[in-house]
Amino acid sequence: MPPSDPARGARQADFVAALLDPDLPVPEGVVGPGGKLALKRFAVYRNNVTIGLVDALADIFPAVQRLVGKDFFRTMARLYLAQEPPASPVLSEYGGGFAGFLDSFEPLARFPYLSDVARLERAWLDAFHAADAGPLSPEALGAIPPEHLGDVTFIVHPATYVLKSRFAAVSIFSASRQDQPLDGIRPLDAEDALITRPDFEVQIRSLPPGAADFFQALMDGDTLAGAASLALEHHPGFDLPSAISALLESGVFSACSSSQTMTEHLP
Amino acid sequence: MTQSAPKSPAADNSRFPNAPLPPRAGAGLKLAHVDQILSDAHRIGFLEVHAENFMGAGGPAHRALAAIRARFPVSIHGVGLSIGSESGIDPAHLERLAGVVERYEPAMVSEHLAWSSHDAGYFNDLLPVPYTTQTLERVVSHIDRVQSRLKRPILLENPSTYVAFEQTMMSETDFIREIALKSGCGLLLDVNNVFVSAVNHGFKPLQYLREFPLELVEEIHLAGHAEDLDDEGDALLIDAHDRPVADAVWKLYEIVISQTGPLPTLIEWDNDVPDWPVLRREAQLADAILDRLGPASLLGSRHAAE
Repeated sequence: MPPSDPARGARQADFVAALLDPDLPVPEGVVGPGGKLALKRFAVYRNNVTIGLVDALADIFPAVQRLVGKDFFRTMARLYLAQEPPASPVLSEYGGGFAGFLDSFEPLARFPYLSDVARLERAWLDAFHAADAGPLSPEALGAIPPEHLGDVTFIVHPATYVLKSRFAAVSIFSASRQDQPLDGIRPLDAEDALITRPDFEVQIRSLPPGAADFFQALMDGDTLAGAASLALEHHPGFDLPSAISALLESGVFSACSSSQTMTEHLP
Repeated sequence: MTQSAPKSPAADNSRFPNAPLPPRAGAGLKLAHVDQILSDAHRIGFLEVHAENFMGAGGPAHRALAAIRARFPVSIHGVGLSIGSESGIDPAHLERLAGVVERYEPAMVSEHLAWSSHDAGYFNDLLPVPYTTQTLERVVSHIDRVQSRLKRPILLENPSTYVAFEQTMMSETDFIREIALKSGCGLLLDVNNVFVSAVNHGFKPLQYLREFPLELVEEIHLAGHAEDLDDEGDALLIDAHDRPVADAVWKLYEIVISQTGPLPTLIEWDNDVPDWPVLRREAQLADAILDRLGPASLLGSRHAAE
């Protein structure tokens, strides 16, 4: 690499600063041809960057955009991207801080559920791009001798995401993504969300009481017996058999093992 | 003369057909078109993807590209390596690109003479560099680094620009020729970019093409542009990739092909993406020109003879 030159280094920094702040003048040394002005010319770059990143956010957070309206979303997205431009050129990973931004965005204080909807949308795209892995098969679990079932531990599927929301985040997410009205949804009804991608289609569902704690404990490496007693402790109505069938049906895990045997689902 | 087929040791037991890009028309791949492309009676010459769209670990996008790659030559076009950046090449991003190249064994890898990343983050546009000896050295050293990591030559694409720099000391064509000679990279000639920059900077596109090292060009890009006005009320063209190729650009393309012989030619349409038949029709227009100007030209035979 050539030796760095601070004067040059400042130049692209100036270019970047002016890209994000239309109140700044066109960077020094940037001109039109033959003595022409460069204001509208430089504005093309400002526009390309801003519109491109706003569009990227609208692609990642379509439910949030529908909920707040397109114009409001685009104005808000501009504020967010000036504060937190993408860290890498992989735009499908952008917007990790958007939910936190919504939490502290004063004009939306009356809609506190929006940030959890944004968390689900971010997790939905992470699941879409997650590594391929087959879901744990019922046979793999069935192959474990009953006396060892309590010791079973699981390997989480790369696409799995659990969110314990204080709001009806799953219902609002799903209605908004299907362009349905929110009639009948009570935003303050807490919902636990599960996102999975057992094969190539991302799935989202709300979980019965205790199942989120149960899955989370298993994802943290707890045994089946340990996770079940933890869930029961906090949710007396926790239904273990239906949680296990939801576990298999949704593809939360890709493999399981007991201290005695190791079985894996091979795609 | 280097050829563009993969050179990695894995090429011997390649998972994919190992053909170079054919001197025919290809299209920028959109996931919405994949099923139609695979079942289309018209077999497109090749498909090109933006590397950055395939840097996730898995999922439906990779499944679709793997299905395409099994049946068509594929070219990987990076938009985020920021070869003109003052902050240097991001090693993490170069590793991501190398991962995509190893995964798909593309017939061609290309990038832009531009920058898009700075310490502050990634700005998803192809931003211009001044043409000075200092930027020349920087770009060459960045391309060296990319080519050594990928273990293959890349193609560098000429930019479309809206502004100029006071400190520019050489012409864009001299700048690009020097880069290619010093780094050993090939060139990707975007004919729409030539036209857009020519209007925006008031030079003649034919003069630019006369000065451009056409003998180093291994691929052509064609795209549509939008029209705006500059501060003086004169035409300012925007490289929008959102509509059909303009007639003036088709004419320039014919002139290029009549001099170079048939070259792999990509139709880029990235915004307001139409249905597959509309994009395919653009590709067929390019194929018609390639057919009419024939395979028997000087540079065409150079390619055939390696």
